[in-house]
Amino acid sequence: MDFFDRFSIPPHDDPMLYASIVAIAIVSIAIVVGLTYFKKWGYLWNEWLTTVDHKRIGIMYIISALLMLFRGGADAVMMRLQTAVPDNTFLDAQHYNEVFTTHGVVMIIFMAMAFIIGMMNFVVPLQIGARDVAFPRLNALSFWLYFAGAMLFNLSFVVGGSPDAGWTNYYPLAGTDFSEHVGVNYYNWALQISGIGTLMTGINFIATIMKMRAPGMKLMKMPMFTWSALITNLIIVFAFPVLTIALLMGTFDRQFFTNFFTTSDGGMDMMWANLFWIWGHPEVYILILPAFGIYSQIISTFSQRNLYGYKSMVASMVVISLLSFLVWVHHFFTMGQGAVANSIFSITTMAIAVPTGIKIFNWLLTMWKGKIRFTTPMMYSVAFIPLFTIGGVTGVMLAMASADYQYHNTMFLVAHFHNVIIPGVVFAMIAGLIYYWPKMFGFMLNERIGKWAFWNIVIGFCLAFFPMYITGLNGQARRMYTYSESTGFGPLSMVSFIGALLLAVGFVLIVYNVYYSFRHAPRNVGDDPWNARSLEWATHNPVPEYNFAITPNVNSEEAFWDYKKNGHDLFKGKIEDIHMPNNSGWSIIFAGIFFVFGFCFVFHVWAGVIIAFLGIIGCMIYRSFEKDDGHHIHKEEIEETEKKFGGAK
Amino acid sequence: MKHDSNLPLEYSTETNEMNILGFWIFLGAEIMLFATLFTTYFVYVDRGVGNGPAGSEIFELTPVMIETILLLTSSFTIGLAVHAMRINRVKAMIGFMIVTLLLGAGFISLEVYEFIHYYHEGATLQTSGFTAILLTTLGTHGAHVTLGLFWGIMIIIQTLRNGLNARTANKSFIFSLYWHFLDVMWIFIFSFIYLKGMM
Repeated sequence: MDFFDRFSIPPHDDPMLYASIVAIAIVSIAIVVGLTYFKKWGYLWNEWLTTVDHKRIGIMYIISALLMLFRGGADAVMMRLQTAVPDNTFLDAQHYNEVFTTHGVVMIIFMAMAFIIGMMNFVVPLQIGARDVAFPRLNALSFWLYFAGAMLFNLSFVVGGSPDAGWTNYYPLAGTDFSEHVGVNYYNWALQISGIGTLMTGINFIATIMKMRAPGMKLMKMPMFTWSALITNLIIVFAFPVLTIALLMGTFDRQFFTNFFTTSDGGMDMMWANLFWIWGHPEVYILILPAFGIYSQIISTFSQRNLYGYKSMVASMVVISLLSFLVWVHHFFTMGQGAVANSIFSITTMAIAVPTGIKIFNWLLTMWKGKIRFTTPMMYSVAFIPLFTIGGVTGVMLAMASADYQYHNTMFLVAHFHNVIIPGVVFAMIAGLIYYWPKMFGFMLNERIGKWAFWNIVIGFCLAFFPMYITGLNGQARRMYTYSESTGFGPLSMVSFIGALLLAVGFVLIVYNVYYSFRHAPRNVGDDPWNARSLEWATHNPVPEYNFAITPNVNSEEAFWDYKKNGHDLFKGKIEDIHMPNNSGWSIIFAGIFFVFGFCFVFHVWAGVIIAFLGIIGCMIYRSFEKDDGHHIHKEEIEETEKKFGGAK
Repeated sequence: MKHDSNLPLEYSTETNEMNILGFWIFLGAEIMLFATLFTTYFVYVDRGVGNGPAGSEIFELTPVMIETILLLTSSFTIGLAVHAMRINRVKAMIGFMIVTLLLGAGFISLEVYEFIHYYHEGATLQTSGFTAILLTTLGTHGAHVTLGLFWGIMIIIQTLRNGLNARTANKSFIFSLYWHFLDVMWIFIFSFIYLKGMM
């Protein structure tokens, strides 16, 4: 029985935990029974699980991201509930540690990353007029590796115990001396596996954007979201290997007793913090740049003007991407690297405000004298500008190394980064989802419910996070599971809890909106319901498998607008056979074996590790020998499809 | 890729071009991977020794020198293999690839010997921060070479089976990029880990 003891859930035996296990079991059984009853297994396997279509992979990324949003959101509400009143006993210290750790990891790695990569998957090939990404099979593998990592991470909650050393996972706290149970092993392997997937995405999209643009689309004629995707993926390719190595060292420390990050035998715990943030700070820009890209598209569409300052938008993103690698030390100004180092990193950090400010002014000037239509996506974008600016200004405050001694590790910091991530990334992703919804599914989301959700989310956000600035300046430390009444943090923390509830209501409304619109929204929305400007709107709604029957011919960054208003001939050629990649179950099987590999490694089940490793090698050999030349969609078939849509595009 | 008559020729070249570009980007990521290892190594080389041995106490020039010669020669022979491929001499190409892999296998065997030597000197993965990063850096490079050996065998089998075509030529060329890259990394390891460590 000793063998099985390792899988048991550690310290606390909380009735909520058992309730969750039962709930997970019931939902899983319900899904299996439902699929069997409605005979949907074949559909699921053939149309989704084995797909290599960038649009479907994008949608799967977004669905996973939304699931993770609710997982991470539940963690968030639990934290705010625990700290809503002084000396609360809803969660104990250990449980609170696990909750804030998983909240951070899930939201950053499995929610935000998945959401932006999902958006890139869906939008970028359409925006550049391509049939798919450069390596469709690799793209599917990226998704399934991400998914395997996400599932592995979420499994920790019911098998063996969640990680509890914070999403930053600092050593020596994360070492075996202070984090004995397997939680941090889960952290290492879940991030490692999904990180490999992300790296592949990076390679894939750089190749796609460099090589597969429609004729006439020079680099400086790419729509802004594609530009942001290109820069983001460059950052991914150069930042993620650092995480790979750091996680490998952490794994070695925890599972093979090395001394990388220990405090004895030449180990240096600060090395983890450095490596983590050399990846971690570029990671922040990996998240925010695509969000900037989405805002650029939305603001220009709904201001009914072209984007102001296209070249400075591109230049500022390039500058941000370079600076992002030069600021990592600002995450630990207080750890004693000396005044010179702190000053340098303080200056580089503040310098980032300049290109970011340029972008803010560009958006404002795009709206200036525009005929603004306040649709839901536009409302998120308009709310983003002032809220993000507040987050940016507090960021500059934090960048001042000497003042940071006051803010470091307080709720002020928590308020700051939520203030940039939520209006920055989360608003952008919701806005982008609503904006691209008709392209994805062929109907629009209800605007009235959407606006209710918007107001709940914006007001909820302000109530939840602005009080933290005040309590933080008054000295409330982050990651503390409780506080005494005499600190006076009680009332503001209660406000924050109410804000968290409003946010939760907002997200539930978004889901309700999907259900409501699915039932009631009209299906004849046309190909261009928003009167948009860039190329992705030039094809049908929903998009056919091959995207464009005729490869579009582009002459500006607003090719579709030129087509509509200036008589530009977008589709010059004639319909020909189209070559498409074949579906394949290889990716999901490969990622499944990776999951087993990670799981066995977490628990030191070496026989399983070896078998899974051989499986991984086997999959690679199979792929090496596989001959898959894809298939052709014939001319007649395309013409028929296009006729159904009413004319070739 | 077989030139199926209903497959447009450009398509196959387009895929090939894309594969090569994608692999170059991957090598960019690999550079970052090794850069991280080197950076960590430089941090630990003096300050991370703890109670364990320093580099100068355990490095031996002879095996390292032989390893270097083997790997540099293999980089030359893979270059010859690609040249043979370009002038369509399949037998010569396969021959040079086999020589390359044999040299790589020789390199790996010596590296295994080197690791056993370190073990007897009391420099294991667990000894100190320095030995850990030393063995991890060497091990990462060694693991890459080992993977390359198996990869090379796959390509040789496929070329023997299907002859030289767009697909196998593409794979062989990408493999040569990978092999040259490992050689470049070894030059860094040789200069900055061994030579600097023995000075």
